[in-house]
Amino acid sequence: MELYRAHVLVCGGTGCTSSGSAALIERFDRLLADNGLAKEIKIVRTGCFGLCEAGPIVIVYPEGTFYSRVKVEDVDEIVSEHLIKGRPVRRLIHSDTASPTAPTSLNHIQFYEKQRRVALRNCGVIDPENIDEYIAFDGYQALAKALTEMTPEGVIDQMKKSGLRGRGGGGFPTGLKWEFAYKSKSKQKYVCCNADEGDPGAFMDRSVLEGDPHAVLEAMAIAGYAIGANEGWIYVRAEYPIAVKRLNIAIEQARAYNLLGENIFGTDFSFNINIRLGAGAFVCGEETALMASIEGRRGEPRPRPPFPAVKGLFDSPTILNNVETYANVCQIILNGADWFASMGAEKSKGTKVFALGGKINNTGLVEIEMGTPLREIIFDIGGGIPGGKAFKAVQTGGPSGGCIPSSLIDTPIEYDSLIAIGSMMGSGGMIVMDEDNCMVDIARFFLDFTVDESCGKCPPCRIGTRRMLEILERIVEGKGEEGDIEKLETLAKNIKATALCGLGQTAPNPVLSTLRYFRDEYEAHIKEKRCPAGHCQALLRYTINEKCVGCTACAKACPVQCISGKVKERHAIDQSRCVKCGQCQAKCRFGAVERG
Amino acid sequence: MKTLAELQAIRDRARAQVELRRDDAGTRVVVGMATCGIAAGARPVMLRFVEEINKRALKDVAVSQTGCIGMCRLEPMVEIYTPGAEKVTYVKVTPEMVGRIVAEHIVNGSIVAEYTIGAAEGK
Ligand SMILES: Cc1cc2nc3c(=O)[nH]c(=O)nc-3n(C[C@H](O)[C@H](O)[C@H](O)COP(=O)(O)O)c2cc1C
Ligand code: SF4
Ligand code: SF4
Ligand code: SF4
Ligand code: FES
Ligand code: FES
Repeated sequence: MELYRAHVLVCGGTGCTSSGSAALIERFDRLLADNGLAKEIKIVRTGCFGLCEAGPIVIVYPEGTFYSRVKVEDVDEIVSEHLIKGRPVRRLIHSDTASPTAPTSLNHIQFYEKQRRVALRNCGVIDPENIDEYIAFDGYQALAKALTEMTPEGVIDQMKKSGLRGRGGGGFPTGLKWEFAYKSKSKQKYVCCNADEGDPGAFMDRSVLEGDPHAVLEAMAIAGYAIGANEGWIYVRAEYPIAVKRLNIAIEQARAYNLLGENIFGTDFSFNINIRLGAGAFVCGEETALMASIEGRRGEPRPRPPFPAVKGLFDSPTILNNVETYANVCQIILNGADWFASMGAEKSKGTKVFALGGKINNTGLVEIEMGTPLREIIFDIGGGIPGGKAFKAVQTGGPSGGCIPSSLIDTPIEYDSLIAIGSMMGSGGMIVMDEDNCMVDIARFFLDFTVDESCGKCPPCRIGTRRMLEILERIVEGKGEEGDIEKLETLAKNIKATALCGLGQTAPNPVLSTLRYFRDEYEAHIKEKRCPAGHCQALLRYTINEKCVGCTACAKACPVQCISGKVKERHAIDQSRCVKCGQCQAKCRFGAVERG
Repeated sequence: MKTLAELQAIRDRARAQVELRRDDAGTRVVVGMATCGIAAGARPVMLRFVEEINKRALKDVAVSQTGCIGMCRLEPMVEIYTPGAEKVTYVKVTPEMVGRIVAEHIVNGSIVAEYTIGAAEGK
């Protein structure tokens, strides 16, 4: 086995692959071969580093030099300067907005400094297509420990003590879920993994599967041992081709080592894992719909009870956990429940991964300790709001969650504290909004999503959410009426109380939370026909104020000639004909055209 | 794979491969590889280090390179960083000297005094 003096890690996650990382790898391979360096330097294709926006990412070890936005042309310079002469290429080194001098190693980049990586520990560190690298970082040690040193009860006990709660949205205690399934008597049981990841903008689970697929396989096997199941199913969306490919490779490699298969580690425990591709319907992420879909039936929820722990997949006792939930399991078994419980907050142990997006400087994937205040994620790790704009709100929990206003930005990230302020942890989508975002329109956006995704099985969700959407659409078009807010509230209450599954039960949340914190914006739309954020096209008005000197520039620019006025006199806009193109404002050098 | 021992064996073998990427990497051999270092013959020196470390299957040792250390006349220069110890700088290193540095310094922990910068400057 060869040792190399340097490793060049090139991100092969979905983000960086789409920004061209495959071409970088090709170029590196070529240049290393040409320079006779192929035996000294190893190229490793890794999973996502979490800074996709600055991709493609390249890291050179042992220095840990962190390059971002690397282009194919840059590869030549990295090889000739850094790899051959040992001089890092400074212009390509990633710099945060926060630190004036470019740090050379990723440990010193502010984006990572405040993070704590447990679920993502191997992402961007190992080659996910090489089981040996996973093993090198203690892979499959937890399974070995569970099978050879622990009883199923002992495993469940550790899971309960750790305080781990589901990362897929609900936050149900994982150990308890396993215990229910363990206690259900049956010859056949199943372990399922939810990799459907339907929240718009979320990609935590994808990154784990792409960067560290074995961690999920190993955890599922441990779960199988704990509850007495020997078959596992991963339900993964078909839109994740890289994740699916790496899962398949990982399963094959684990089988070849007999880490999956019959009589693992010479014990009488056997475990196999199958993959089922989901077609991308949001509702298929709901547990009963997911199991129906694996069985080959229509992905529709059914009433519970019976709960899956009693009657799940193929009518057998089943546990379903989220990808990120599983990504914590091996660490808990290896390091102990106490270690895990020492991280995080009272009722929210460990860490949580978030996909940070929207109006934020560092979009990407971050993993933080529970209990971290929102402020730290948005301003320290996320680098704040671009363009000097004011922070307005942050949305968590996706279509089931809510908007948190800037006044509550010091709220710690915990399951219960987020629910208390009308949002929720959710699976980890985090969308930041600035002063230009209209909160009514945000609510409309999420409701539009749920209306689209409703499976139609029960009327409150099928009809009720559509009614709500119609009202919101009217409001943003300037046709809101007195009483609309009350109608929204009544509908929301009824839908929450009567919908069959979580999709319908939580669909009104984005509306309710924006009504709670931004009621005045709704009122401005309805009563004054005004959008305070200046976002809703239909409500936009351009007006000319007293600063106008009558230069006629705007009138000449207006494509529909709706600006009138004599030279050197104040001009005026004919609102009935204005098409809101903004030309006049762009042309006025005196700041006389107002938008609002 | 049937036993835990087999898993450990794979881990130990694979660990050496990824050692470079671990935060807690132990000893680090840094070879000055700027223009003058390369001209003075730093490359063969570095390759010998990699070779020796491979041969002895030393774990927790990383070989890397750096740019100009600032004393061209003493090139090729090699700096060895060991956790908890002062860095040691060897100067005018030739491939022949590498075996001793690895055996005495890296493996046994005793510095090869006559190759160090102190000895060279003292003359
Ligand atoms: C409409 C709907 C969509 C869901 N989508 C997902 C999803 O994409 N991924 C996920 O892990 N859980 C999703 N859930 C939650 C699952 O039903 C289930 O609670 C979760 O997978 C359990 O795993 P956990 O306890 O590890 O979080 C969804 C729930 C609902 C109601
Ligand atoms: S609440 Fe909506 S998604 Fe859920 S079962 Fe009813 S119609 Fe389908
Ligand atoms: S460009 Fe500005 S100053 Fe000139 S006429 Fe129009 S509004 Fe008045
Ligand atoms: S916004 Fe466009 S259409 Fe309206 S007044 Fe200005 S230039 Fe004319
Ligand atoms: S895909 Fe490369 S950093 Fe996320
Ligand atoms: S270039 Fe080698 S010490 Fe300056």
